[in-house]
Amino acid sequence: MFKKDITPSPKQKLKSSIQRNLRQNLLTTYPLLTPFIDDIIPKKASLEQIKLPDRVSLYVIDGTTPLFFQADTPSQQNTIVPHLKLVHRFPQCFPTIRIDRGAIRFVLSGATLMAPGLTSKGGRLPLPHERPPREKTAAEAEHEDIEVPNEGADEEGHWSRELEKGEPVVVLAEGKEEACAVGVLVAGTKEIKEKGKGPVIEEAHFLGDGLWRMTLD
Amino acid sequence: MTELAGRHVVYCGVCSLPPEYCEYGGTVKKCQQWLEKNQPAMYSRIWSPEVLEAEMASLSVEAQERAMKDAKKKAAKAEAAEQKQADKRANSVVTIKRIERNKRKYVTSVSGLEAFGLELKKVAKDFGKKFATGSSVTKVPSGGEEIVVQGDVSGEIEEFILEKYKEVPEDNIELVEDKKKKKGEGN
Repeated sequence: MFKKDITPSPKQKLKSSIQRNLRQNLLTTYPLLTPFIDDIIPKKASLEQIKLPDRVSLYVIDGTTPLFFQADTPSQQNTIVPHLKLVHRFPQCFPTIRIDRGAIRFVLSGATLMAPGLTSKGGRLPLPHERPPREKTAAEAEHEDIEVPNEGADEEGHWSRELEKGEPVVVLAEGKEEACAVGVLVAGTKEIKEKGKGPVIEEAHFLGDGLWRMTLD
Repeated sequence: MTELAGRHVVYCGVCSLPPEYCEYGGTVKKCQQWLEKNQPAMYSRIWSPEVLEAEMASLSVEAQERAMKDAKKKAAKAEAAEQKQADKRANSVVTIKRIERNKRKYVTSVSGLEAFGLELKKVAKDFGKKFATGSSVTKVPSGGEEIVVQGDVSGEIEEFILEKYKEVPEDNIELVEDKKKKKGEGN
């Protein structure tokens, strides 16, 4: 999506009602973010919108920290996708899959993520399993209307729930700590496991792409 | 879930990726040097010989060769691009032109600043502030853009550029007086 460099365009301040909406939207898409939401979008900070090519809007807080972007096209279903810098700050809050070492360089040059990179030994797809119960944190108690699901990755890196087609997902890499890409699944993880081939994520936002390199000031 | 604050991630100062991914950035050598200087702990974790060896061992011979070739190609490409940019910088000239607009009225146009990695819009704003005149970025017929400042400020603008934007060398600034305009001949 962002293979080319993006020249920054003017920022627009958002109405507080739209801000509220976005916040709610973000929480429904990523319920795991609930404990951190006040950290991500502080009540006082101003949320700004930057329009990018291909009808994508990037949301920025305080003019310098990119948060997430939203493609306004039917094919993307208006899904909110986090910027990688946000993913790096809160890595445990997003569903993850992992690619093997061999696939990293292709992903980082903007290739479509294909199934073999996930089904091989170094890759990790979700593996449903029970998670130990977890206590509610203080911040969660404040947001009682949203239930924080008990899900996460096990020590091996398998996410605890099968992911559906159309869900946004963070792509980790074998042997690396940080995420290397984020995108929307074009095939459910179950299907990927069964088929073992075909595209998994098209048009991801990856490290070093135009969006990543875009300067905000 | 216990830590409530977000993590702070260090990014490479050269290629802007997390240092783990520098090897894919194409400027590996420079990234290594930067990391060694600025984040020695991380450097030893990522680039120590033992780690590298372990990584190499996990790949098949064929994949290794391919990866090597790829890395080499990328590095060469990055180097060439850098060289090109440096060349461009050394050869490009900033032209300050005094244009007669109407007997005794002048505008000053500055072109070529973009080759030094300056943003014309911002520079134009600075000029306007400094000289308290109108200053704008206009397109030139031959393609590209130049900054047009109202009034004859050719002398001062040279000094201002040299003082404010140190990346522009003095020898690369050229002062031109443009006399031939459609109507107003002479001086």
